[in-house]
Formats: sequence, structure tokens, C-alpha cells
Amino acid sequence: MTTKEKTEEKNTKEESEERKVIAPGEILAKDESILPGEGTRKEGKEIIATRFGLLEKSGKLLRIIPLSGVYIPRRGNVVIGRILDLTFNGWIIDINAPSQSFLPVAECAKYINKNDLAEYLDIGDVVAVKISSVKTKGIDLTEKGKGLGRLDSGMIIYINSSKVPRVIGKEGSMVKIIKDESNCRITVGQNGVVWIKGDKIEDELFAKEIINYISNKSFVRGLTEKVQLWIKEKKGEKK
Amino acid sequence: MAFTKRPDGRKFDEMRPMKAEVGVIPNADGSAMFAFGDTIAIAAVYGPKSLHPQHLQNPEKGIIRCVYDMLSFSVTERKRPGPSRRSSEISKVTEWALSPVIQLNQFPNTVVDIHIMILQANASTRCAGINAAALALAHAGLPMTEFVSAVSIGKVDDKIVVDVIKEEEDYKDGEGSTDIPVAMLSNSKKISLLQLDGKIAPERMKEVIEAAEKACEEIYKVQIEALKKIKEE
Amino acid sequence: MEISNLTKERIRKSLKENKRFDSRGLLEFRDIKVETGVSKNAEGSARVRIGNTDIIAGVKMNVAEPYPDSQDEGVMTTTVELLPLSSPEFEPGPPKIEAIELARIIDRGIRESGFIDFKKLCIKEGEKVWMIFIDIFSLNNDGNLLDAAGIAAVAALLSAKMPKYDEKEEKVKFGELTEKGIPLTDAVPFNLTFHKVGESIILDPKKEEEESSEGRLSVAFSNGKKLFINAMQKGNEKPLSKEEVMNIIEEGTKKFKELFKKVHK
Repeated sequence: MTTKEKTEEKNTKEESEERKVIAPGEILAKDESILPGEGTRKEGKEIIATRFGLLEKSGKLLRIIPLSGVYIPRRGNVVIGRILDLTFNGWIIDINAPSQSFLPVAECAKYINKNDLAEYLDIGDVVAVKISSVKTKGIDLTEKGKGLGRLDSGMIIYINSSKVPRVIGKEGSMVKIIKDESNCRITVGQNGVVWIKGDKIEDELFAKEIINYISNKSFVRGLTEKVQLWIKEKKGEKK
Repeated sequence: MAFTKRPDGRKFDEMRPMKAEVGVIPNADGSAMFAFGDTIAIAAVYGPKSLHPQHLQNPEKGIIRCVYDMLSFSVTERKRPGPSRRSSEISKVTEWALSPVIQLNQFPNTVVDIHIMILQANASTRCAGINAAALALAHAGLPMTEFVSAVSIGKVDDKIVVDVIKEEEDYKDGEGSTDIPVAMLSNSKKISLLQLDGKIAPERMKEVIEAAEKACEEIYKVQIEALKKIKEE
Repeated sequence: MEISNLTKERIRKSLKENKRFDSRGLLEFRDIKVETGVSKNAEGSARVRIGNTDIIAGVKMNVAEPYPDSQDEGVMTTTVELLPLSSPEFEPGPPKIEAIELARIIDRGIRESGFIDFKKLCIKEGEKVWMIFIDIFSLNNDGNLLDAAGIAAVAALLSAKMPKYDEKEEKVKFGELTEKGIPLTDAVPFNLTFHKVGESIILDPKKEEEESSEGRLSVAFSNGKKLFINAMQKGNEKPLSKEEVMNIIEEGTKKFKELFKKVHK
């Protein structure tokens, strides 16, 4: 076998093995050459886990894919939040992050007079926004961008932010399946807040079911096939 | 009468059967239950989240707040609901036991709230609480440099025993009873909780620490198992 | 995150179409699980789960002086603690109005039903009577803590055993139980809390339904020799119409009979 074939065989073998669940403190490797990725630390020759999650090996890099944890806001993330309060020049928004988030009136999608703040966005309203900067004192938001703005009707569900990549899928492949199968508009905020809007409430609840299924099985390999199979079963049941 | 046998027949270095489970409180960011035999503790973690009022915030890293309490009916004589001096002290030493491993540098101005509640008490409650709390912290996805495990070592008469029960705590004959709760970190083996209440010759402490280390290793295995079980949903 | 306006709207709309998010009927309860003997140092204890709502209750006893206006009757006191660990909206500290109201509603339902035979709890008239402490703690709040608390309190009382009493010392021997239960009658109390969400009336709301509720009416029933209402409490801001109240009482009567059989294990 050539070296290339050997490497390919090894990679396929790694892919077909289910990812291991790891607890903090577990020693993952005792090899000088292995690199500590996210969720791990190096002490001497040992790579030690610092997070609860799934072990992922890619070449010489070991990392932990978290199964839980608070949303860590990053610049450029599109998130969905709920208006907490109004100030004289903007809105304080809860985006499920550990720091305060603020949308200044200057960053609205259109021009808003300072007197009309409540009419545009009131306490309890839901809005899709983008994070423009993250500082220690707080997070700055903007509404300027495609698909951002107040969300009307539909429902909001919550998943852990660590499950968002699975729900969205590679290049949006998974969320497309959910949209098609449930016939709903869906926006998945990077903060784990998901907006679902369909013509019928049943459709929205179906989308919710699919998303919760994916979220609970996020560690499983071959999830796309499993999800499609599960959807087929569920649709069969509904008839 | 000298103390030669444990009231429940265990060997001197044997712990009660342990039970651990995570996710017992769905609303919490992380939660767990941990039991040493009859002593049952649950813990819930909320955070990191914004801390108010502002003057309590630490601009360099998040802080942890720990509250330990017992259900009024978890003990033989009813404990009035609400914090007591005992529970305040245990809350503080528990915080000190857990804080060395929790990394909160990436969460300035936030707080992580740890709630521990004892559902049923038969000694070793603070240790069961620490074990449950460590699990809840991991379950909540908090970065931890290592794990924390705790056990009550006792000296009953002249015998060093592991995982003390109430009957042993109340032993009055011979040298009486000394209660030594210990919490140890899983990798560095550093001690983050150490209390003593009783009477012991200094030269016996080495034996106590060794017994604690062995016990904590066993406890850590149980804690890891509880986290790994989460896969079978 | 607190419930958003749009989810509240969705819930109201859905209920108007007689549908709930988890496919239950408007007056249908979630799965109820009752476990007794969950805390062995208590004279009696129970843990009740209604869906994800999780509540634990315990009964402890002691002796005390009777109240001046009932010298030959035992006494009872009910406490509820809405623990911060059970939900992010509960703050630490002494019981706030939510916990206080809950405790008083449960207390009235049990007291007025005649479930506990207080006269049989008298040890020495005018001097010593048994005192029952019912302590209820929330472990996870997913709505309807009130009804769950009621079931937990009753289950704890039903499964409790009286502690031994030293007549000479006139003291309770804590930790030593007799085989005798608390003197109870067959008037078992049961609480049903109806919520008004939008235009619809529902039972056993999940947390998001409860957050969308604007008015509620708790009715405590007991089914001894006859079915009686022993306590009522209307709560929250929105008033209810006369028809709504009468309808609730009627539905409550039907529902009580159905649920009582189910829960009375």
C-alpha cells in the first residue's frame, strides 16, 4: 500500500468510529508531538481535556467539541435577541450572552426618530441582529444587513449554542432540509435562538421537533441520513 | 468497647455505594446528583451570566458564587428553611474547593452561580455536594483545568475510615470521632478542601491524606462515568 | 431568556384553535409521577414530577402548645421555598410573594378539607399537641408548581409515619418512627389551577404557557363523604367573567374525579 492509501484508510477508520465523550481532567495523549486544540491544555507531555465534550482528532491536533456551554459572542455573528429595555438612544437586548448587548438607534435598518423607539422595537419584541463589536463592557449590535430586523409572528425556540453548527450543517445543508421538510422560514442565531415561521402552527412545531432531534443527537455520525430517515418516519406517522 | 467493626459492615477503606447522574435539573445550564449511600446531594449551575450590581463585577475574570443548603426534612431534627451559619461556612469552603479549577478569564464581569442542595443526609454532605457541583460545572460546559472530588475521612476511636456515616460521627468511646473532609484535584492531586473536627495525632495525618487520595481517585471515576452516560439519550 | 411577544401570540393563537404545542388537550395534564419515601429522615416525603416540573415535599413532626382557640387540636404549618436552583427567575433570600402565596393556598386546601384529623393529634389538652411541618421545595420549574406542590404535600402526608413520643420526658424521640400513620380522613385534597391565556382556559400550563397566562383561578377540592370545594384563589391581573368562573368549577369537578383516580396510586 502506498503512504497515501495508508493515510486514507486510517482517516476512514477514524471517521467511522463514534466520537468519545470526554470529561475535564482526562488525559488524552502522552505524546510530545500532539498539539492541544480547543478544550484541551498541555502539561509536560500530556494533553489534558478542559471541557466536557466529544474528542476530535485531526492529524496531530486534538480538540474537544463542546456539548454544552454558554454562547461566546463573536464579531460578525448573526444572533436573535429579545428586547429587554429601551434607553434614550437605543435598545438593550438579551441575546443569551454573558454580557450586556446594545443596539444603538443609529444602527437601525432604517432611520428612526428618537421619539419613536418603542414603536419600532418594544420590550418583548424579537429581533435578528449582527454583532458589530465585542468589548469587555458590552456587545454592540447592528441591524444593518440582509435578513436582519424585527421578527414578526412565528415562534422562538432555544437550543444550546454548541449545537448550532449541526443544525445549520455544512454550508447550510441541514437547515435547508429542515426548511424544505417543514415548509417554514427558519433563522438560526449563532446564540442558539432559532426563529421559525410557517403558514401553519403544525409546520412550525414540526420544525421544532426536527431541530430538537438534531440537537439531542449532535454527537452522532452520519446525522444527515439519520435525520432524513427520522423525518420520513414522522411524516408517515402523521398520515 | 473498642471500634473494630463499622456499623454497616464496610471495610475501613471501603466507601458506600456511589451514584451519580447529570442533567437532573433541566432548567439549569448544568446539573448533577451525587450520592454516597444514603447521603444525596444535587447541584445546579447557572452561568456564566451578567453580574448585577456592577460593583460586584471583576473586570479581569468571572466570579463564582456558591450556596450550600439542606432540605428542612433531610435531617433527623427539622432544620428551619433558610441559610444557617453552618450552611454559610460550608458554602464558602465549597467555593474555595471548586474555584481553583474553574477558568473564568474569558468571562470578565460575569458570575457563575452554583447551588447545592442536600436531599437526604447521613454525614459527608459537603463532600457529596462538592462532587455534585463539580459534575454540574462540567455539564454546564465550563472550562476546568482538572476535576474536583471530595470524601470524608474519619478517625473513629483509633481507626482511620473512609466515607464516614452519622453513626460513626457520633461515636463517643475510646478516642471518640474525628471528621476530616478532604477535596482533591484529579490531576495535580492538590488539596482544595481540608477541614478537621476532633482529635488526632499529627503523625497520623499522612495516613489520612493517603486514604483521601485513593478514595478521590475512585470518586473521579464515578464522576467521569456519569458524564459519559449522557450519550445514551 | 424571558418569553417573547411573538411566542406568546403563537400560544394564544394555537389555543384558540384548541391546540397546544405538545399536542395535549386544553384541560389535559402532562404525565404525573409520584414517588414517596424519597428522603428517609423525614417522617414522610414525596417527589412529584408533572412533565419536567419537579417538586419535593417533606413532613416533619414535633410537639408544641396548641393555639388558644383550639386547645384540643394539633397544629400544622406549610412552607414553600421556590429554590433558585429550580429556575433562573427565582432569587435567593427569604420567600417572596410567589412562594408565600403558594404555601398559603396549599395550606388552606389541606386545612379546610378536614383531611388531617387535628383532634386526634392532641396529646394533653391545653398543653401539648402534635405539630406537623409541611415543607415544599421546587427542584425544577416547568410550570404549574402549585398543583404539583399540592399533590406532593398530600402524598407526603399519606405516606408519613408518626415519630415515637416519650410520655415521661414529654419529648419526641427524633429518628425513631412508629408504624402508625398521621390520623387522616378520606377527604383527600386536590388542587386544580385554571389559567386564562388569551381567550382560552387551560390546565397544567408548561412554563411558556404560564408566562403567557394573564389570570388564574385555583380551586382546591376534596372528596370525603361528598365532593367539596375547600379553597379558591384568583390570581394575576386579568379578571374572569362569571361564565368563565362557573365553567371552571364545572370542569374542575369533572377533572378532579378523573385525576384523583389516576394519582391516588
